[in-house]
Amino acid sequence: MHIEDEFSSRSNNLPRCGCIFNGNSARVWLPCCGGLVLRGLGGLDGDSVLACKGPRWRLASYLFEGELLKKSLEALGAMSLFGLRVITSAFSPPFEMAQLREQLIAAGAESWLLVFASGISLGTVMSFHTRSSLVTFGATAMIPSVQADAFFVEIGPLVAALLLAGRVGSGIGAVLANMRATEQIDAIESLSVDSFKFLVVPRVLACVIALPILTLLMDFCGLFGGFLSEHFNSHISLSLYFVRAFDDLGWSNFIPPVLKTTVFGFIIGAVSSYFGYTTNEGANGVGRAATNSVVLSSLLIILADVILIRCIFFVFPDSAI
Amino acid sequence: MNEPRETSHGMAASQHDGQTTAGKEAGAMLRFENVSKAFGEKQVLSDVSFAVPPGEALCILGRSGMGKSVTLKLSIALLRPDQGKIWVCGDNIASLEGAELSKVRRKIGFLFQDAALFDSLSLYNNLALPLRRLSNKSWPEVEEAVHRTLQQVGLENDGQRMPVELSGGMRKRAGLARALVLEPKVLLVDEPNSGLDRITASEIDELLLKQKTERKTTLMIVTHDIHGARRVGDTFAVLEHGRFVAYGTAKEVEQSQSETARKLISERY
Repeated sequence: MHIEDEFSSRSNNLPRCGCIFNGNSARVWLPCCGGLVLRGLGGLDGDSVLACKGPRWRLASYLFEGELLKKSLEALGAMSLFGLRVITSAFSPPFEMAQLREQLIAAGAESWLLVFASGISLGTVMSFHTRSSLVTFGATAMIPSVQADAFFVEIGPLVAALLLAGRVGSGIGAVLANMRATEQIDAIESLSVDSFKFLVVPRVLACVIALPILTLLMDFCGLFGGFLSEHFNSHISLSLYFVRAFDDLGWSNFIPPVLKTTVFGFIIGAVSSYFGYTTNEGANGVGRAATNSVVLSSLLIILADVILIRCIFFVFPDSAI
Repeated sequence: MNEPRETSHGMAASQHDGQTTAGKEAGAMLRFENVSKAFGEKQVLSDVSFAVPPGEALCILGRSGMGKSVTLKLSIALLRPDQGKIWVCGDNIASLEGAELSKVRRKIGFLFQDAALFDSLSLYNNLALPLRRLSNKSWPEVEEAVHRTLQQVGLENDGQRMPVELSGGMRKRAGLARALVLEPKVLLVDEPNSGLDRITASEIDELLLKQKTERKTTLMIVTHDIHGARRVGDTFAVLEHGRFVAYGTAKEVEQSQSETARKLISERY
């Protein structure tokens, strides 16, 4: 059925908002403030001028003819190719060791305080909540174990990754976008230096290397924060707390979650570098690159976490509780 | 220098009041051959041809947004033409990739409009970076080369300063020093005097002139500053709507049929 005809025939029963798909065309309508329905004047292809009809609905002139989907897929493809280029470039000389060292300091060493403070705070808060739940069942002795399990398996890797995405990802996006806007990347190219290897690869590798280390810091700080809270509540000793914490924690609860942060690190580095390196919007692109870097890398980290957890459960069935 | 691999059939510049200086481009250091470039719907360069002989300076004039900077970026393959050939030191840079492209780029220096110094590196390291990577010089030799180049532009005492600490004129001189540190055969200069006072601009012009006369460097300069252009340039080209509407010596451009060209060369707006 022709999309306009279908729309007309359904105009009395339209939902408050929605869309009609027809092949690669789609029209979206939204509730109208004036109580009118707008109907397409032109043909299906490309005409977004709409006329009024009906009492309650407004058809939005948003016609995307598959463009949105196409653009999303293009961006996904470009990002995947970018990531692939990072991997291939990382294993081919010249290796930018000086740049890598500099980026490791920026991504890792300069992030430790944020991770440390967040770990302690989060550990303390977690312990408060765990205690209030477990005290009901008289199981307060399990608090260190629960705390360790939570931090080492999930909270540590995820929170460290999200913190790094916020602090380092935005920085990478903004710095590279600024370099693009001020022609510094062109200047690097003009000096016969491969700007991709010089700027992008060290940043991604720094994230891949730094994040597992920061995750360990986060894990232990979280545990220590939990100890502080418990110590004030029940005067438990440090040694007893840590013995109980690690009592039930196997290597399969410890190694795979830490290793999965290398993937998170890659996501942060590659996504942020992609937005910064490929921007062509001048000064406006700097802010946009920083924001997009944080938003998309955080989202991808969470999505990747879901997939990686399934993989970990598949490879280490013992770790699936 | 290698000769162009293909027979030259163009003229020193095409589409400019019918003027030709055929044959001049035979040993040209830089030559555009029927180059076109568009960004989406906008045609920036249309079938442009010209040649710059060794040791000469071509000044490209024109209103903003007419494709002057694009011409410079095409010359060093930061942009690729949609069609045509760009010969630099005998190689068609438009068709080169990877190591071959790097080899040609080493013969080219580029002074960017805002100098494009690397913010995170000191002035010394801005100059040392290409030397360490692209030459076989030892550390003391690199240090010596950096010092010598900084001395050329009068910044020998500022090597340890960061770009953000430099004034506009100093940044421009620092950018020029970085462009010169590898002793290029061709120097591309984008708006050397923009945002500078007349005295500082004159100092930059003097440095460019010195490069041309003493080192026999081939220059292609994009500028709006006609005083500087007249001082440094041998040939002038006026770009309008993707085509050269005038090309030749200052006198020839003054007598051109194009009103824009006559206005620009005489600075009568």
